[in-house]
Amino acid sequence: MSNDVVPIYIMGKKYHVPATLTILKAMEYSGYKFIRGCGCRGGMCGACATVYRLEDSYKIVPALACQTVVEPNMSLTQIPFFPANKSIYDVEELEPGTQTLLQMYPEIARCVCCNSCTKICPQELDVMDYVQAALRGDIEKAAKLSFECIMCGLCASRCPGEIVQYHVGLLARRLYAKYLTPKAKHVADRVAETEQGKFDPELEELCRMDKPTLEKRYAQRDIEAQ
Amino acid sequence: MPYEPYMKELIKKVETTRSARIQAAKEGKHFPRLSEADGMKLMKEFHPDYKEGTKRQLAVGPSKGKVVPNELADILEAKSSLNSGTVDLSRIDYDVDVLVIGGGGAGSAAALVAQEHGARVLIATKLRHGDANTMMAEGGIQAADKPNDSPPIHFLDAIGGGHFSNDPQLVKTLTHDAPSVIQWLEHLGVMFDKDPDGTMRTLHGGGTARKRMHSAGDMTGAEIMRTLRDEVRNRTDIQVIEFAPALELFTDHEGRCAGAILFNFETEKYTVVRAKTTILATGGLGRLHIQGFPTTNHYGATADGLVLAYRAGASLCFLEATQFHPTGVIFPEQNIGLLITEKVRGAGAQLLNADGEQFVYPLETRDVESSAIIRECSERNKGIRTPTGRFGVWLDSPMIEVLKGPGTVARDFPAKYRQFGRHGIDISKEPMLIYPTLHYQNGGITINSQAETEVPNLYAAGEVAGGIHGINRLMGNSLLDITVFGRIAGKSAAEKAKQTQPGEITLQHVQKFHEELKKAGVGDGRISPILLPDYVGKIG
Ligand SMILES: Cc1cc2nc3c(=O)[nH]c(=O)nc-3n(C[C@H](O)[C@H](O)[C@H](O)COP(=O)(O)OP(=O)(O)OC[C@H]3O[C@@H](n4cnc5c(N)ncnc54)[C@H](O)[C@@H]3O)c2cc1C
Repeated sequence: MSNDVVPIYIMGKKYHVPATLTILKAMEYSGYKFIRGCGCRGGMCGACATVYRLEDSYKIVPALACQTVVEPNMSLTQIPFFPANKSIYDVEELEPGTQTLLQMYPEIARCVCCNSCTKICPQELDVMDYVQAALRGDIEKAAKLSFECIMCGLCASRCPGEIVQYHVGLLARRLYAKYLTPKAKHVADRVAETEQGKFDPELEELCRMDKPTLEKRYAQRDIEAQ
Repeated sequence: MPYEPYMKELIKKVETTRSARIQAAKEGKHFPRLSEADGMKLMKEFHPDYKEGTKRQLAVGPSKGKVVPNELADILEAKSSLNSGTVDLSRIDYDVDVLVIGGGGAGSAAALVAQEHGARVLIATKLRHGDANTMMAEGGIQAADKPNDSPPIHFLDAIGGGHFSNDPQLVKTLTHDAPSVIQWLEHLGVMFDKDPDGTMRTLHGGGTARKRMHSAGDMTGAEIMRTLRDEVRNRTDIQVIEFAPALELFTDHEGRCAGAILFNFETEKYTVVRAKTTILATGGLGRLHIQGFPTTNHYGATADGLVLAYRAGASLCFLEATQFHPTGVIFPEQNIGLLITEKVRGAGAQLLNADGEQFVYPLETRDVESSAIIRECSERNKGIRTPTGRFGVWLDSPMIEVLKGPGTVARDFPAKYRQFGRHGIDISKEPMLIYPTLHYQNGGITINSQAETEVPNLYAAGEVAGGIHGINRLMGNSLLDITVFGRIAGKSAAEKAKQTQPGEITLQHVQKFHEELKKAGVGDGRISPILLPDYVGKIG
């Protein structure tokens, strides 16, 4: 791996950083101590939403600071917070109808299909498609297309319709999972059994068991085939 | 960074042995599992926990004499940043029934249930609500809810996985309540992987006797976390303060917990919270980088809860054992330490050395599996060297495509597929290079089945608590533990709050602890909790 150093611009200020670092590590290397803008450091939490521009390009490029390696002369800023509305609902009271998402988030009707959300999504999701699905009342499609959303908020920051896409997706997933997929019967059956105390005697016995007997039981347990 | 040419050469050896390995796997033949005794022997030689000079006995506090990693001892044997007098305790900013410290999975579950039991709840958390290890969990959550399975079988797996050190009562609660928390999550709208008829798709994990790993893609924790967080936000009577870590607990004159003092990260002002009962749900310690290992943990995993509880008089257990996850990324360098879920091995991927040969059964318990990898890369000298001089072994993900059909890797491991793809590595075609990474705390604050600590009116749930997993946790039992015990803590704390008058708030226990430190002659110059790791000016 090379020991090259590259210049980058953090909010307009120039720093020289090792070329192999991610934006997040490059900022720390340059002296930043994160309070906001840093969460899981593994690309799962959406805390480190970042946008940058490369020299000689007009394009704004989305990134997760923890996942993206620096490039020479990139000019970047993090967007650690962006105001967003969230509907308040009782999921028990909602019905998974074709109008539900629109009722909870009427602003989805303001989608002008400009595709800015899809273009900015660092997860490369089809954000506009799931907003359109939500608008049509296709909860399943909105749920599945938004599943990998990490709620970083970049989509909402770009939306001319002021839609908060990631909250729409979240509600779609909850509705889909709760109402539109069958409940697991084996789970309900087992819960009934545990509530009746079916396993209590055996669990009590295991709690009282001395270590050698436990060890033997453990070693002898049969293992379900892969 | 894509693989360098010399690495691509080595991958050819993996490809050479692949078809024979797949054939054997299809016939149900696998690399032999180690016996309990042989596993122990391997661990004693190669597991980082057994390395000399890396731990010491605590010189002060309720668990004085117990052995913990040096990095943890350093922050337990340290002073508070607060002295009585630093802050004005006469002005109470929040007066609540239940204070929940930590907005991860355990804290959110606790808050929901406490609210359902009529408590006025405040959640205080260090970063954003949901910036937590829970958000990162990939593989799944265990529960014995299939017809061929049962809570007692799950009990045996969990206690065997913990080498019989676990508190059996806690294991009983864990396994008994597991099906009902799965149902709770299902009803909240967690998008579990299911067959069209609603049957949960479940897999094996390391050390399981039944396929009981429930999942939501490879974002199981994120899916649980974002659902719980949404539910908390919908219950607008639950207050949430973000970027407000707890700096210290309060105790009253009888030593009962009476709330906590928070630190506003942005204004650097203190907030005084008086609470009838308090739940610690601050998660783990990965960012202490025990023995310099990289970690899978989120930015705020700095063991603050252990420090706070210890000063207030709670004992700690099983912290001598740290969990190293066998499969952390060792290349590309940018992703170092990040987790490759055990589900990849559950789906059939094998571990291979530089010769493309297997050297361990892929689903041993994590401690044994890690030891085998470390042996391969040290004593046996069969590791693969990275361009920066680290060593790892292959995790043969492409074989999943053959075993389970083309497209499986991208479909079942979308987050990993994308993460490697960003660096020019297609894990459906090329194996991953891995090495053990610091993953999980194992032990923690001593609790009972009601999630009570030894300090009256103080509860603990989640990774911060100890005993459930003894010295080694199985995959999928942590997401389970945080929901089971998070819920129990919420109920216990809310019920107790009904019978409790708010106490006087003092920092007496801190003063006493400082005196003890002085007497023992330790802790000078060290301040804790540390709140965040220090990577400034470094390559973190
Ligand atoms: C990468 C990864 C993958 C994993 N995969 C799995 C898996 O597949 N299955 C499984 O069962 N387990 C898995 N685990 C383990 C599991 O995710 C965690 O153990 C569990 O989620 C911990 O939950 P928690 O609520 O106790 O802590 P966390 O989720 O970490 O939450 C703790 C919260 O407390 C906050 N906090 C910390 N200090 C303070 C303070 N001083 N004041 C206020 N707030 C504070 C933190 O910021 C955080 O929000 C995984 C862990 C990681 C890191």
